[in-house]
Amino acid sequence: MYTRIQHPLHLSMQFMLLFSRQGKLRLQKWYVPLSDKEKKKITRELVQTVLARKPKMCSFLEWRDLKIVYKRYASLYFCCAIEDQDNELITLEIIHRYVELLDKYFGSVCELDIIFNFEKAYFILDEFLLGGEVQETSKKNVLKAIEQADLLQESQNEEWGGLSEDIL
Amino acid sequence: MSSSPQGDKALDGYSKKKYVCKLLFIFLLGHDIDFGHMEAVNLLSSNRYTEKQIGYLFISVLVNSNSELIRLINNAIKNDLASRNPTFMGLALHCIANVGSREMAEAFAGEIPKILVAGDTMDSVKQSAALCLLRLYRTSPDLVPMGDWTSRVVHLLNDQHLGVVTAATSLITTLAQKNPEEFKTSVSLAVSRLSRIVTSASTDLQDYTYYFVPAPWLSVKLLRLLQCYPPPDPAVRGRLTECLETILNKAQEPPKSKKVQHSNAKNAVLFEAISLIIHHDSEPNLLVRACNQLGQFLQHRETNLRYLALESMCTLASSEFSHEAVKTHIETVTNALKTERDVSVRQRAVDLLYAMCDRSNAQQIVAEMLSYLETADYSIREEIVLKVAILAEKYAVDYTWYVDTILNLIRIAGDYVSEEVWYRVIQIVINRDDVQGYAAKTVFEALQAPACHENLVKVGGYILGEFGNLIAGDPRSSPLIQFNLLHSKFHLCSVPTRALLLSTYIKFVNLFPEVKTTIQDVLRSDSQLKNADVELQQRAVEYLRLSTVASTDILATVLEEMPPFPERESSILAKLKKKKGPSTVTDLEEAKRERSADINGGPEPAPASASATSTPSPSADLLGLGAAPPAPVGPPPSSGGLLVDVFSDSPSAVAPLAPGSEDNFARFVCKNNGVLFENQLLQIGLKSEFRQNLGRMFIFYGNKTSTQFLSFTPTLICSDDLRANLSLQTKPVDPTVDGGAQVQQVVNIECVSDFTEAPVLNIQFRYGGTFQNVSVKLPITLNKFFQPTEMASQDFFQRWKQLSKCTDSHCGQARKPSLRDCVNCCQNSFNPQGWSIRLVCLCIFLHLYHLSSLPCCK
Repeated sequence: MYTRIQHPLHLSMQFMLLFSRQGKLRLQKWYVPLSDKEKKKITRELVQTVLARKPKMCSFLEWRDLKIVYKRYASLYFCCAIEDQDNELITLEIIHRYVELLDKYFGSVCELDIIFNFEKAYFILDEFLLGGEVQETSKKNVLKAIEQADLLQESQNEEWGGLSEDIL
Repeated sequence: MSSSPQGDKALDGYSKKKYVCKLLFIFLLGHDIDFGHMEAVNLLSSNRYTEKQIGYLFISVLVNSNSELIRLINNAIKNDLASRNPTFMGLALHCIANVGSREMAEAFAGEIPKILVAGDTMDSVKQSAALCLLRLYRTSPDLVPMGDWTSRVVHLLNDQHLGVVTAATSLITTLAQKNPEEFKTSVSLAVSRLSRIVTSASTDLQDYTYYFVPAPWLSVKLLRLLQCYPPPDPAVRGRLTECLETILNKAQEPPKSKKVQHSNAKNAVLFEAISLIIHHDSEPNLLVRACNQLGQFLQHRETNLRYLALESMCTLASSEFSHEAVKTHIETVTNALKTERDVSVRQRAVDLLYAMCDRSNAQQIVAEMLSYLETADYSIREEIVLKVAILAEKYAVDYTWYVDTILNLIRIAGDYVSEEVWYRVIQIVINRDDVQGYAAKTVFEALQAPACHENLVKVGGYILGEFGNLIAGDPRSSPLIQFNLLHSKFHLCSVPTRALLLSTYIKFVNLFPEVKTTIQDVLRSDSQLKNADVELQQRAVEYLRLSTVASTDILATVLEEMPPFPERESSILAKLKKKKGPSTVTDLEEAKRERSADINGGPEPAPASASATSTPSPSADLLGLGAAPPAPVGPPPSSGGLLVDVFSDSPSAVAPLAPGSEDNFARFVCKNNGVLFENQLLQIGLKSEFRQNLGRMFIFYGNKTSTQFLSFTPTLICSDDLRANLSLQTKPVDPTVDGGAQVQQVVNIECVSDFTEAPVLNIQFRYGGTFQNVSVKLPITLNKFFQPTEMASQDFFQRWKQLSKCTDSHCGQARKPSLRDCVNCCQNSFNPQGWSIRLVCLCIFLHLYHLSSLPCCK
């Protein structure tokens, strides 16, 4: 009875990566401290591994001692690393809820929205997930928080159209 | 970036923000950014929300947790936390949670619990505070003070706001893992919360219902929290069982939506519930229901569900209540091996087959795995080989089947058959008389294949060297034919295999005097005697000499049949555990072992133990020296076995030794410099010198990562016995080791009296956020302090004869002095006069040890 060994400190999500079909990284969120070199290495390896997988394959794979849960939405891959004992399906739905949030905020989101308004993508993610754990699952509440912040921004009377105005 | 900001020009907030944002953008495109940090820090301290927001974003995306900048921003964060403006507080908390460094824990770990439980804190801030505290607790548990806030946090499980409950549950789960007593009350609260959720109608929870599933994230987290505890007391337990039944029932209901999100969320809760059922392992009814549910998923059209069902069933197989139920799915699972198109799913199927294997279905499962191995993906072959080898050994009733299986393994996937596997088959053949003749016959036949794998040559060489005589009566496998067969492979093999074959040849000289001259000719040839490889040359020279000078009696003694190996845990199992990571396999194995005892009505005698215990002849297991005697067994009556212990690697009781360190330790018995230990983070090198009873050892610790090791503390651990006999002196080293750097430690050693154990070197340090602990045995062995001596042959033999009288009187039989006697003598006569005898003994011993140093002895 009661034979399972507990992980010392269980952590829901280790990191989340968004990358395009061409392998370009669009968003990265690390919930464990790693050196830049290590991050780059992981990203490179993982992007390669995930891109090599065929469409009908299962959304989970074992990688190093982690489990990778990924899903493709249009041209973007959303990819999360969780620990061995974690729940894969709920992680898949974390990804989906995040996509829904982006979609609702931008109004049918596309890759370019995330490229040029990356700061918004990060803010939404921070409202939804914090420290690798789900903070708020209600779509309404997350978007309310973001909209409030946007209001604050506008009330300070600034014209800020993201980077798209002058980066290119 | 033509317009990058230059230091002198004063920038207004807007431009600063724009530039910092551009830098971020560039960083996110994958380029390195090493300036602009100060501008970001300035932005962060700004009063304007938009500037502050970008400042925080830059810091949390770009700054590593050990950056210098952290101290600069701590002040700004402190102001924002105190601002009572929920938006600012939110930003500050997000930043702490994102960076989560130790400095931040030092600054804020006392403050955040207060924010979390204060009555007037807004819900959204509470949520952030809970997860922020969780992050700090993970980085630096020592800095988060437990106190009266903990009981108030537990009551957050009752909060009105489901978002607060969700965040609090994560925090409580993590805290409860470390302090189960303190958070015990959370169990009943979690159960009642869960019960309210699973019985609610899909519309009750409004926005917390996700595709008709009520609060799936929270449900999963609550079920996870309950897995920190054993089954609760009866009152709560009834309610929990109801919850779990409801979840299982819902799985059978028709889906409320065709969307995959609906089924995913519903099944996420279901799988977590099954994990809890398996964790409690106490409700047979629930376990069997869970198993049936997973059985349905095994044939589901969703690949994801098939994968998860296979994975989850693997743990169910280890419960005594559901093992039989799992076994009924064997056909489906073997079918999955053939039809699944995704290798990760097939891998799960292999795991499940392994987990569901027992005596009743072992032959079928091993056969299925072997046939799958022919086409298996390269990435998982080695693991399958290990699994087949373990199952074949564990469930072998008929050892001829075992031998066949392993030879098949080598034939099908020779390259993936590791040393452990073929060492093991040899150990088993040696320990079991009934299979030796069959093994010799089978390997002889297998070797006749025109192309056979080198591993087969090794096994064949070893077994024929030991048991070739058993088949020599048959003219088709006469000694000369055996020898020629082996020698025809000789030139195709690598050096270690050739060395092994040379030892086989000298064993043949003893077994079959009629081929002695043939073998001597081979040994005498230039390609052997003048071989460029030192090991081969030495063996050839020594064996040739031995075969010429030694009488048949001596040959028979020296080249005696290998004694049975002492029982030990299969090294294959250890290897598999290492491969799969400690958690999963260990549990399964442990549970399995208990269960197999139940099912078969008593512990099954492991093959090795059976013969090892039945042949206690003290001279028999001498050549098995290299193999570890089982650690807890005290010294055998007459043989404290000094040298036995020197060469063995019985695990120390002080700390668990790092895997792989045993091999390295053995390597240092006869050398003084080299690498003692290496893993992904750390390398430990040694340089040592010994003179008379003194020695000095330089230990080099290399940090293989690019990150600093903190609180780096190596400690030398000696048992009390050892401390009396061996004095070690050293100075502490610098507690930080930079990435890529090496630090050195000097140990001064003095041997006071004879000793048998080796000291243990324990190294503790902090890498990233995690605490590392490594123990290795330090190769300071008695033989390092030996000195040569000279002695007339007459004196020597006089003493030699005395030895044979003085030992082993309990045996009652007159025997020739054998190696065991040398060892005993060494043990019994530690005094100044004894030294010389000990040395002679040691020489003989080393010589014989060398003869027996076939790889199997390791």
